[in-house]
Amino acid sequence: MPNYAWPQENDRTLIGTRVTRVDAPVKVSGQAKYTYDTHRPGMLYGKVLRCPYAHAKIVSIDISAAEKMPGVNAVQIVQGPGSMIHWEGDEIVAVAAIDEPTAEDAIRAIQVKYAPLEHLVSDAEPPKNSAQGQGPLSADDIDDMLDNQVPSQQMVSQIKQYGLTEKIDEDTLKQLKADGATDDVLNAIQAATVHPEAAQRPKSNYQKAAVQTIGDPDQGFKDSEFVSEGLYGVPVITHCCLETHGSISEWTDESHLFTHISTQNVSGIPGQMAEPLKLPATNIRVHQDNIGGGFGSKFAPDRWGIFTAQISKKAGGKPVRIMLERDAELKVAGARPSAFARVKVGAKKDGTILAWQSESWGTGGPGGGGMPPIPYVFSVPNQRKEHTAIRNNIGPARAWRAPNHPQAAVLTMCALDDLAAAVNMDPLDFFSRNLDLTKPRQEIYREEFAIASDLMDWKNKWHPRRQSSPGEIVRGVGLSIHTWGGRGHASDCDLTIHPDGSVDLKMGSQDLGTGTRTCILIVAADTLGIPINAIHLLIGDTNYPPSGGSGGSTTIGGVTSSTRRAAVDARDALFAKVAPALRAQPEELECVNGNVRVRGDSTRSLSWKEACSKLGAMPQTVRGKNPDRDKPPDLTNSGVGGVQMAEVEVDTDTGIVKVKKMVAVQDCGLVVNVKTAESQVYGALIMGISYSLFEEKVMDPTTGRMLNANMEFYRLAGFNDIPELVVRMMTGKGYDERGVIGLGEPPVISPGAAISNAVANAIGVRVPFLPLTPDRVLAALQPKAGA
Amino acid sequence: MRAFEYVSPNSKAQAMSLLATAWGKTEIIAGGTDLLALMKDDVVSPRRLINLKEVKDLHGISSGSNGMRIGALTTLDEIASNAEIKENFPAFADALMEVASPQIRNQATLGGNLCQRPRCWYFRNGFGLLPKDETGKDLVEPGENRYHAILGNSGRAKFVSPSTIAPILIAYGARVRVESPKGKRDLPLEKFFLTPKSEAEREHDLRPNEIVTELVLPLATNVRAAHYEIRQKEAFDWPLAVAAVALTTNGSSVTSARVVLGHVAPVPWRSPAAEQTLTGQQVNRSTAENAAQAAVAAATPLSGNAYKVQLARVAVKRAIMKAAGGVA
Ligand SMILES: Cc1cc2nc3c(=O)[nH]c(=O)nc-3n(C[C@H](O)[C@H](O)[C@H](O)COP(=O)(O)OP(=O)(O)OC[C@H]3O[C@@H](n4cnc5c(N)ncnc54)[C@H](O)[C@@H]3O)c2cc1C
Ligand code: SF4
Repeated sequence: MPNYAWPQENDRTLIGTRVTRVDAPVKVSGQAKYTYDTHRPGMLYGKVLRCPYAHAKIVSIDISAAEKMPGVNAVQIVQGPGSMIHWEGDEIVAVAAIDEPTAEDAIRAIQVKYAPLEHLVSDAEPPKNSAQGQGPLSADDIDDMLDNQVPSQQMVSQIKQYGLTEKIDEDTLKQLKADGATDDVLNAIQAATVHPEAAQRPKSNYQKAAVQTIGDPDQGFKDSEFVSEGLYGVPVITHCCLETHGSISEWTDESHLFTHISTQNVSGIPGQMAEPLKLPATNIRVHQDNIGGGFGSKFAPDRWGIFTAQISKKAGGKPVRIMLERDAELKVAGARPSAFARVKVGAKKDGTILAWQSESWGTGGPGGGGMPPIPYVFSVPNQRKEHTAIRNNIGPARAWRAPNHPQAAVLTMCALDDLAAAVNMDPLDFFSRNLDLTKPRQEIYREEFAIASDLMDWKNKWHPRRQSSPGEIVRGVGLSIHTWGGRGHASDCDLTIHPDGSVDLKMGSQDLGTGTRTCILIVAADTLGIPINAIHLLIGDTNYPPSGGSGGSTTIGGVTSSTRRAAVDARDALFAKVAPALRAQPEELECVNGNVRVRGDSTRSLSWKEACSKLGAMPQTVRGKNPDRDKPPDLTNSGVGGVQMAEVEVDTDTGIVKVKKMVAVQDCGLVVNVKTAESQVYGALIMGISYSLFEEKVMDPTTGRMLNANMEFYRLAGFNDIPELVVRMMTGKGYDERGVIGLGEPPVISPGAAISNAVANAIGVRVPFLPLTPDRVLAALQPKAGA
Repeated sequence: MRAFEYVSPNSKAQAMSLLATAWGKTEIIAGGTDLLALMKDDVVSPRRLINLKEVKDLHGISSGSNGMRIGALTTLDEIASNAEIKENFPAFADALMEVASPQIRNQATLGGNLCQRPRCWYFRNGFGLLPKDETGKDLVEPGENRYHAILGNSGRAKFVSPSTIAPILIAYGARVRVESPKGKRDLPLEKFFLTPKSEAEREHDLRPNEIVTELVLPLATNVRAAHYEIRQKEAFDWPLAVAAVALTTNGSSVTSARVVLGHVAPVPWRSPAAEQTLTGQQVNRSTAENAAQAAVAAATPLSGNAYKVQLARVAVKRAIMKAAGGVA
């Protein structure tokens, strides 16, 4: 049995050290190629006609004028007459032309008649008793769910649970399949019970999504000596990827497609394009070198990825490029669901938390959405929870870095911080006292609290809440904790050692800018005892072995595990070939410092190159493959803990909040590269400051349009808004032996709660909702005068 | 992009002759930092663009006995780094340094800055300067008006005048020169900004075939001026409120004052009430607060922007205090 285990601390040469990312030079010099930079010979430019209404039915479309325009190669109706549109900016017609201006002119020449319908773009608190239980589904409902990109599993469970309002005929089934229904969904439809009487039920925008009781909440509140009640929330924000979504597709022959696409999921794209394009997945090649941000919004080819390929075919297979414009990116390519709640929490006077009650609501767009995991991290013994999902016309939600956790952190950690204030305790003591409720990670949090409070100088900076006097500049500190899974995904790779000593490693993964390339190389180089630059790494192409999508913080655990396996197997195979030459058994050999040698005998040693020459004429390739998910993990693991603290300054005259310092103490098991791990956390803190202070998707109630679909009023933090950031990765005993665990998501969870808590500490009152803009802060300070 | 003609005249006369007499057909392009965005968003779609950058006598800064003259095509960066401007009009230089980013200041011109169009998100979304939907329904009042006007908003215009340097220029008593084929006219910069009453009007006292050619800043003694902006972000962000003040003092008290607010009304908003409050007074915290209060006393906030009243008040107070603490 090969020994894949991670090397012990003393035996590591690169793993766990600080390595500068290998792609730093090409990135900082502008040479790194992104999908957006890709220009193919003879490439056409695509543009999309988008619906100006938030809710409408398409009455008619006339593309004849556009088709006749010189320079226009192809026009494709994406959603034809009769289609229902559920958000502004949805795609109606796509055009490919010789250049962008021509494509834009062609778009303008298209005549579309819409029948506008009533829309809802607000996610304000639902009127009392407005929420409707989910009922049986119609074919239209199912089509809407497909439109709204509701995950297949979720659709299946809803169809099973609620049944259908009508028997769905063969033709409709075919249509649903063409619209993207998976076989599981189609099977569920055929097996579902039918309740024809339910077809008459009027549809509400408000849907009761969860009602849950744990323990005895009434008793819990009765036993509580202190109860705090508050209102908390986080609005819909967008992903705002700096590189917008999009692709360049071309047909290399009648039945082969080549796609450059901005994606978090290189290996997973062909499988999603196959059905709609009626093409075997093997005939689709996908390539991507670098990506300018995805944050959870780039797992699918999306409707526009499909029609880019279709319109390329119509244009005789010529490459067609459709990258979203900035406004479309903000409108249709991803939003994080909002979450708001009225929360009541109770504790004993020693701070022990006893009871939780929440009425929460939020929207994930037309699909509604679920309840965030509240109370977050703390398993409060007695709970009563109710969640209403608002189905509205703001566009579909997508996974946003740590889906639902940042919202859950705000709703929970802010409510608990208010409870700590009610009990008159320092929140650090209050949270520490309740760590038993965070099992099994209570020791991690305890250690992290100690380090974080040192780094923040918490004991000196924290003060009890007090009323500020007008005009004062006040300071405060706040904290929050978070958790995440992060077990590695399936990730195959091929590692080849050539007889001349060169080494290559191929994997269909992608580097989201997080340092994935660097970490793969660290593991391979450490295992083979050769320098990083002696290995040629190839990723980002479906010509390489399939590797999972980069979501859920699964990449680092996945790619390092399979790389380790491949490198150990390749090394052992090399040992077997080299052992006779060194007059030793393969098990006696080691590779260190560019040599293959007998352990403990420096006289019996070959250089790496000499050793590889013993392979014979043929290169030797081994496949690295991770154990199935149903087996216990060995090199990777799940479950991390992190603590963050924020210090803010608030101008009570203007309500302007400045973050002065952030401390993040984070665990992610065995840290492969301390430098890029810290960078991940820095990036998360910056993103966190941005959504805490600035970000919000502003919708116009009358027209249903997004008003700030630009980067002027969809504000992102700039350099000067970023304060001192202190990051500490937990390493050593208690951490390393758990294996490699994902880090992309956890550190972005806590900033909202920590910063909101710091503001409450500074000004003495809670600002209920993020972002903490002057209007909200001033309203909290002057409850009567405020807007 | 719709096809358009691009012409690059090298004299004022030529430029003016190329301009149409009705809005919509032609547009002037200076630095293009606003105009190109308006064209891309389809807010304006001229058939001809008249580039002014090649017109030599629209460039440059000079000083004479009665003041400094700045050509309309001078870039914001050139002005901000001009030693005489920094010396004579330090608060103007301050305000310039807060505009957008270095890249934009390198490209944007003074004339373009004064003639830039409002950032109102309804206007930029194609709903007009006095925004209404297809059915004629007003959009701003029942809509998202958090950045809209709190003063001078009783008519249909609710946008805020975008230039952040106009208030301090008005406080310094700047005059602007406008030329057309018919001749020249000089007017106080304050009078150059208008509140449109119908969609056919624009927000500047400018005919379609007129060009802003220069700005004159009168030299004055014993003036203490300051510019203050309240912004969410530290840099590169549109402010929520701007205040500019110029105080003429006789050593101990204010003999005359100009108080001009920005981003609170469809025009740069001069506040005679605040000016009167300051006149004859020594500047201290309490006179500053009184003047600030007077500046916003008549505010009529919309459904979502009452907080801006507070911000405008604070901006005025801080600008006065800053002016009193600063020199000339
Ligand atoms: C991200 C961003 C942030 C910004 N922040 C600020 C800010 O904080 N403060 C601020 O004041 N501005 C700000 N601006 C606006 C910027 O200052 C203006 O876009 C710029 O000053 C316009 O100058 P320009 O020469 O590029 O004008 P152009 O874009 O060329 O023209 C603007 C308009 O003026 C007209 N015009 C130009 N010159 C003349 C002339 N001589 N006579 C008659 N009409 C003319 C044009 O026809 C056009 O309608 C910002 C802009 C951006 C993009
Ligand atoms: S800020 Fe300017 S240079 Fe930078 S990406 Fe946007 S458009 Fe390009």
